[in-house]
Amino acid sequence: MTERTVQPHEDWSRPPAATTGAIGWMRKNLFSTWLNSAMTLGALYVLLTTIPGLIQWAFIDAIWGDNPPEVCKNVPGACWSFIYEKYRFILFGVYPWEEHWRPLLAMIIFLTLIFGSCIKPLWALGKWIIAIWVVGLTMVGILMWGGILGMEYVDQSQWGGLPLTLFLATFGAVLSFPLAILLALGRRSNMPAIKAICVAYIELIRGVPLISILFMASVMFPLFLPTGVSIDKLLRAVVGLILFSAAYGAEIVRGGLQAIPRGQYEAADAMGLTYWQKMGKVILPQALRITIPPMVNGFIGGFKDTSLVLIIGLFDLLYTTRLAFQDVNWRPYFVEGYVFCALIYFCFCFFMSRYSQWLERDLVKGQNY
Amino acid sequence: MTIQHQSSDVQAAAPARAAFYNDPTVRAIFWQVVVCGAVLALIGYLVSNALDNLARQNIASGFAFLDLPAGFAIGEGMIDYDPSNTYLRAIVLGVLNTIKVAVAGIIFATIIGVIVGVARLSPNWLVARFATVYIEALRNVPLLLQLFFWYALLVEALPIAREAYGPIMGFYLSNRGLNVPLPDDIGFVFPLVGLLLAIAGSVWLYRRNKRIHDATGETPNTIVPVLIMLVVFPFLGWVAGGFPTAFDTPELKGFSFNGGGVVSAEFMALWLGLTLYTASFIAEIVRSGIQAVTKGQWEAAGALGLRRGQILRFVVLPQALRVIIPPTTSQYLNLTKNSSLAVAIGYPDIVSIAGTTLNQTGQAIEGIAIIMAVYLTLSLSISAFMNWYNKKIALVDR
Repeated sequence: MTERTVQPHEDWSRPPAATTGAIGWMRKNLFSTWLNSAMTLGALYVLLTTIPGLIQWAFIDAIWGDNPPEVCKNVPGACWSFIYEKYRFILFGVYPWEEHWRPLLAMIIFLTLIFGSCIKPLWALGKWIIAIWVVGLTMVGILMWGGILGMEYVDQSQWGGLPLTLFLATFGAVLSFPLAILLALGRRSNMPAIKAICVAYIELIRGVPLISILFMASVMFPLFLPTGVSIDKLLRAVVGLILFSAAYGAEIVRGGLQAIPRGQYEAADAMGLTYWQKMGKVILPQALRITIPPMVNGFIGGFKDTSLVLIIGLFDLLYTTRLAFQDVNWRPYFVEGYVFCALIYFCFCFFMSRYSQWLERDLVKGQNY
Repeated sequence: MTIQHQSSDVQAAAPARAAFYNDPTVRAIFWQVVVCGAVLALIGYLVSNALDNLARQNIASGFAFLDLPAGFAIGEGMIDYDPSNTYLRAIVLGVLNTIKVAVAGIIFATIIGVIVGVARLSPNWLVARFATVYIEALRNVPLLLQLFFWYALLVEALPIAREAYGPIMGFYLSNRGLNVPLPDDIGFVFPLVGLLLAIAGSVWLYRRNKRIHDATGETPNTIVPVLIMLVVFPFLGWVAGGFPTAFDTPELKGFSFNGGGVVSAEFMALWLGLTLYTASFIAEIVRSGIQAVTKGQWEAAGALGLRRGQILRFVVLPQALRVIIPPTTSQYLNLTKNSSLAVAIGYPDIVSIAGTTLNQTGQAIEGIAIIMAVYLTLSLSISAFMNWYNKKIALVDR
């Protein structure tokens, strides 16, 4: 029989190594093995070599406030005066200066609509949400175009900056949605011809880059219209974005349709519902609910993709940023410009991606099928 | 008796058939004819408008222009080209440039993506935070902005050619790009062949040893023979080639470099932007793939005495791969399609060359058709390859 003996530790009198508190935390998370310690030291080295320099550049040596470009010359830090001088141009583009309150107000309405739609208790409003959106977008249109209520008319060729980016992203997403549902239903249809058309459309669009669609919108659409009819550049870009995001949206909706158990389809058929009743009252309400998080992700992608419209010459946020440092005096400060622009995009995308992650967790809560 | 009676009753009632227009088959055919007719009518209408407009603006149609001299210069390419060459050659050059940046991007995005994805799950708190910051910072900012930023940084922050950085003999980094020496002797083919042979031999040896390991549990040494092959084979090739030493090194002539090869600033910016951006998405895919492997697998492997690295390599990653491959395929497709943003920073990819062609000839439809055909071919090839790979590693259900 083996005899169990307790090996006396060399030094019973010392307390065991700390496993709680700051030291214990560090031992567990930073220095658990020699490899871990090496990685920690490497990471610390990188941090120590970059962060102080970055802070020095961005805050300590930086020039703040309203200063002419000469002040920034030969200064080692960032020149935030550039942003101070140009932020209105970056945000609103060539929209008439005195009328900037209009795009600002339009932007606030846009953001209220978007953020409001993100608040789950408000979903109880149901169809009213659509009505609120229609009213909100009409107000945005009135504010941006003007021409009534004593507001000066502003042509859409003068729109620019963040309102334009929001406008493109929102319209691209909202208007592509019905088309996406139709394409998804078509792709799952039993009718071979309709299925073939939908599959061909979806795969064609998903196989080519957005730029080629935007090129098509800018140079080919005019050729396809009857002689004498021309549509505006902004409208063409929106149509291009809609056609593009519809194909991606269709695949998301298809995923939702596939996730609905067969029993739901069969039950609806057994009730004697027609195809559209079955889809509209039974399948889609369930399917669209589970596609909300991927839809939000798709919206983030679409929001970033709107920056591509600068290639066909629309003054979106990225283009106005670039134009801002085309100004001879401010040429060297492109880093500040890009940082400012990137922060705006980041705030939107980060918020939305966090929201979609939260939603994903929240929607599976209390689901019982 | 009763059963028979009932069924004959039903038969008697059956002849009251639904009207033919309520028959699902008839309806299906009707709707398909209507939809197809509408689509065809729309296409016909658009085509007739286009033909009208083209005739009115005196624009030729068809692909005859491909044989005409292009007449514009292209900054870089893997085949010889000058402005007197045809449009076709220019377009082939563009396709090759697109493939070049896409392949380079895919390889490096995969490497960085896997490293960052694994790092995000690292038990080391600091390293995990680093990976998170990287992912969140890069994927929430538009790729186009990042490309502009990298390009501006390369062009503005790097010195001009005359003051190029040259820390290693023959390599020069300036705002024109990276100039590198190229071997300038046909004899260099032999060491290259030797290297290829060594790689092929290593792959063969790895597979053979893995088979032996799987069958017997013994672990034959792989690393030492591979290293020997990698050194000896190219050396033998170098000897066989007659000890070539001639290099075509870049020389500063006036304001630019002559000789050698060059990796242009445009290529570097595009490659850097595409790689870092796509890597942040691949990292998230890798992370969720690893997390999809149940904790029991980690614990079982740990109970067998494997180290963390071994657990990842032999147990977790092979299972995670099945979750990782499909979304990664779509990231590869995205990277390839996103390489079209090259047009914004002046890298001569297919979109930028087809765009120039389209502007010069006015033949918009043909130009866009070429762009779409090229990307569709690339996309389908990548999906076909990845589907094949996915099938190969898929779990075999027994």
